[in-house]
Amino acid sequence: MEIEEIDPVTGRKTTGHEWNGIKELDTPVPRGVLMFLVATHLFALLWWILLPTWPLGSTYTKGLLDIDQRKTVEEKMVAATAARSDWMTAIETKSFDEISADEQLMKTVRETGHQLFGDNCAACHGSDGKGRSNYPDLTDQDWLWGGGPEKIAETLTVGINSRHSESRIAQMPSFGRDEMLDRTQVRQVATYVHSLTNPETSTPDNVELVKAGQEVFLTTCAACHGEDAKGNQEVGAPNLTDNYWVYGGDLQTIIASIHGGRQGHMPTWDERLSKADIKILALYVDSLGRENP
Amino acid sequence: MRELFHRKLERTSIGFAIAIIAAASVGGIVEIAPLFTIDETVETVDDMRLYTPLELAGRDIYVREGCYACHSQMIRTLRDEVERYGPYSLAVESKYDHPMLWGSKRTGPDLARVGGKYSDFWHVAHLTNPRDVVPESNMPAYRWLARNTLKMDDLGLHLAAQRAVGVPYTDEMIENASRDAFGQASPDTEFAAGVTERYGEETQVSAFDGVTTRVTEMDALVAYLQVLGRLTKAPYQNTAAPEQAPDPNN
Repeated sequence: MEIEEIDPVTGRKTTGHEWNGIKELDTPVPRGVLMFLVATHLFALLWWILLPTWPLGSTYTKGLLDIDQRKTVEEKMVAATAARSDWMTAIETKSFDEISADEQLMKTVRETGHQLFGDNCAACHGSDGKGRSNYPDLTDQDWLWGGGPEKIAETLTVGINSRHSESRIAQMPSFGRDEMLDRTQVRQVATYVHSLTNPETSTPDNVELVKAGQEVFLTTCAACHGEDAKGNQEVGAPNLTDNYWVYGGDLQTIIASIHGGRQGHMPTWDERLSKADIKILALYVDSLGRENP
Repeated sequence: MRELFHRKLERTSIGFAIAIIAAASVGGIVEIAPLFTIDETVETVDDMRLYTPLELAGRDIYVREGCYACHSQMIRTLRDEVERYGPYSLAVESKYDHPMLWGSKRTGPDLARVGGKYSDFWHVAHLTNPRDVVPESNMPAYRWLARNTLKMDDLGLHLAAQRAVGVPYTDEMIENASRDAFGQASPDTEFAAGVTERYGEETQVSAFDGVTTRVTEMDALVAYLQVLGRLTKAPYQNTAAPEQAPDPNN
């Protein structure tokens, strides 16, 4: 059946297939391609010896180079930690005041802090730290739990209403929903609180309302927010006399806050970030407000 | 002689098709099959928790909405990933994932360690409209999750199906599936206690979407997102990652 036929033009053998008088040549694989193929096979043989390759039942050949992805990444992490150990040790051991005084170290803190802030905090507080509705602005110097790196580091570590056993607890009760105040009282106290930052709303028309609201405030709200409504950082009660609002300072939002209460949540970072990272972030967040007064 | 064999083979269509399939499956056989017998493939850890019925329901919603198309759940053994997200993923963490949701595309960030990173409230706000909390986000809004009541009556069957493929749910868990799903989203009710009893003290019982009167799909999805990376502490042990192991008392 095999017919050896040579194509007269190229001198190559044909496959013996013929279509309308055209015959297919049986051209061999070019030498260059063949050599490359052989080289890749030899390379594979070498690689089998050097890298983890062959399964052997419940284990496998580990290879002469002893390469393991997990070991590699862990070595890189150790090397990275060593590379930044000079300033990392300084941050770990020095006090906040000492670090703040060291301009060189603060430069590193701002660079690293910006990175850490972007990865961990920006989702709620915004990449500029200015917060937004429901999440506090960190640049306004108006602190719920106290400013300064020590207090900020503490808030970062334990969180607010978080799963941490020593979490800061901030509970604005739902005065309306839980019927501690009736509708009129909620309206009165909201009008009073609103008038604190918007004195122009205190008109002869509603002076009675504001006055009644102040009385409700003194008996119900002053325990946390203080008689002067300037808040209390011991319990995270916000100052109601400035124009910085977490949830909003319009009358409608104030009524909603009094009616339904507020339980803000700041996660604990104790388990996610190292002590040094928390220190860097505390200094970085503290510096945000100082730079944007 | 060799040439004759090939000529013969390529002229029988069925035989040649079988030969092609055999050649094409070599890759799969040498790369995948040995993993079933090698001991190191899946690590052995003793603190691996099971998904609760509510988390499992949330996982189904994650699949239904196609979250895996943009979010991976696999931190690779690369320094930049470990620095950003936390310890690299272990095989054992997906031990009870049927199907696994490692994903291969990151339009959004990796979610393997997102559990506990943000508050429930943030997740609800973010799923309702991502732009409200992350102005530069291009994630779609999933508003309907908070409106849709979660279908809970068939959760026992879901658990049973998972057991059929090897997840060690007990008869008690299957029997109480719907009750536990309700309990996990309803703290301070008699149903809440059973959840931690059956699934471990570390199970997060919370009014995930802030509404305790009914259990919505939002509750389920947030419960699932909050458990990602928290089923076992194994990834935090023996690693050079900067993070510390979660404190069980927290």
